[in-house]
Amino acid sequence: MGFFRKLHDWLDDRFGWNELLAPLRKKTVPVHRLSHWYFLGGITLFLFVIQVLTGILLLLYYRPGANEAFESVQYIMTRVKFGWLIRSIHSWSANLMVFTAFAHMFSVAFLKSYRKPRELTWLSGMILLFLVLGFGFSGYLLPWNTLAFFATKVGTEITGQVPIVGRPLMIFLRGGEEVTGATLTRFFGFHVAVLPGLATLLIGLHILLVQRFGISVPPKLEAEWLTKPAALREMKFFPNFALRELMAWYVALGVLGALAAIFPWDLGVKADPFVSAPAGIKPEWYFLFMFQTLKVIPSKVFFMDGEVLGVLAFGVAGAVWLLLPFIDTGRARRWVNALAVVALAYIIGMTIYGHFAK
Amino acid sequence: MEALLGSGLFLSAAAFFYPVLRFLVPPKEADMGSGSVIAAKTGDLKPNSGKIFRFGSRPGLLVRTTDGEYKAMSATCTHLACTVQYRDDTREVWCACHNGKYDVNGRNISGPPPRPLETFEVQVRGDEIFVRRRQES
Repeated sequence: MGFFRKLHDWLDDRFGWNELLAPLRKKTVPVHRLSHWYFLGGITLFLFVIQVLTGILLLLYYRPGANEAFESVQYIMTRVKFGWLIRSIHSWSANLMVFTAFAHMFSVAFLKSYRKPRELTWLSGMILLFLVLGFGFSGYLLPWNTLAFFATKVGTEITGQVPIVGRPLMIFLRGGEEVTGATLTRFFGFHVAVLPGLATLLIGLHILLVQRFGISVPPKLEAEWLTKPAALREMKFFPNFALRELMAWYVALGVLGALAAIFPWDLGVKADPFVSAPAGIKPEWYFLFMFQTLKVIPSKVFFMDGEVLGVLAFGVAGAVWLLLPFIDTGRARRWVNALAVVALAYIIGMTIYGHFAK
Repeated sequence: MEALLGSGLFLSAAAFFYPVLRFLVPPKEADMGSGSVIAAKTGDLKPNSGKIFRFGSRPGLLVRTTDGEYKAMSATCTHLACTVQYRDDTREVWCACHNGKYDVNGRNISGPPPRPLETFEVQVRGDEIFVRRRQES
């Protein structure tokens, strides 16, 4: 009897291993022409794991604080062996994770996978996306460079525009009235403790819900399979889908490694609160559509300040999107697809416009 | 009995959360920006140029116009708080973040800024340029 067989029997004897794994063996994945979209959630999870691992490595050398943060990242990139690569992988992986999380969200929206009984799966996924954006926003400040400084100043100021709760929230985020070393310390805490804790809990819940309800199929196909059960096609999750997912992770790792090595992440110039914002300053690409919107909104729209209107409009749009499973009923159903198309077109259009605009 | 137990639990929760919530709010810093500061020396700025200076905990902008006159204002854009700069090519104050523009008197003239920049009083004493907040009349 081989070692692994013995280990398996030992575990089974004590924990009922076979019983624990039984649901996984029964789990199936629907097979149809849109099945490849099912890989995105897993790829996002894989990139999150990369983030945790490289983040732990960076913690060995990173020092939070306005006088040390920039220098410590510089040290990682120039003195520590492969430090530049680890940091580059962390930054690229963060960007790819935001991309795959957005792609996963839109694929779920277009395939209408949020339908009953999966409303909570959608809500947990949306909160996870907000957390991913929170990771991006808080992590961006940590090298304490000029771009990060102004991105944080603008981002927290946007929070301050929210009526009633905005200003106290902004002061809480900044650790004071201004973006200072206190902000950096807070963001570090959010980035390495608060957000990972919340994200781990929510990922657990999200996966549990996916496990509980199984994988959704598009409504049209679902109806077709209900009337003709013989047409139903599916594959076993383990090992068939799991091995395919593993291949997708391997490809993601290859893309990530190539991007990190060929285009190492830049460090920029150390932040100085007493210099002007440099020309051509822009946020990370995933905030660009909001940035560009706030740039083109006039200073006054009727009686309201333009930026307040912009922030409120994004808030309302976000709330509508969050509640999509509850809106997508009855007569509203035909509008929901149009809304998803408009949202996607707006985000892509404004991102491209923001990228090329001076 | 239930009411007693309920109030006891509520009070214990309040006793636990109140210090935590107060801890989250940072202490107020004294505003150091209301006094007079030396923004620059007279030789620092040629006509049609500008300089960021430290005004308490915030940045200020000192501009020397083409006529040689000094103007001082807050350097925090009234749109979303980026730090503005003086552009000698357009002779305007410009915010690079969202393309907001002000004239040398701090008035918002184009782009998204909703309000003018706060302007300060400038006094030249010897070779030093002093800037202070305008006194309320």
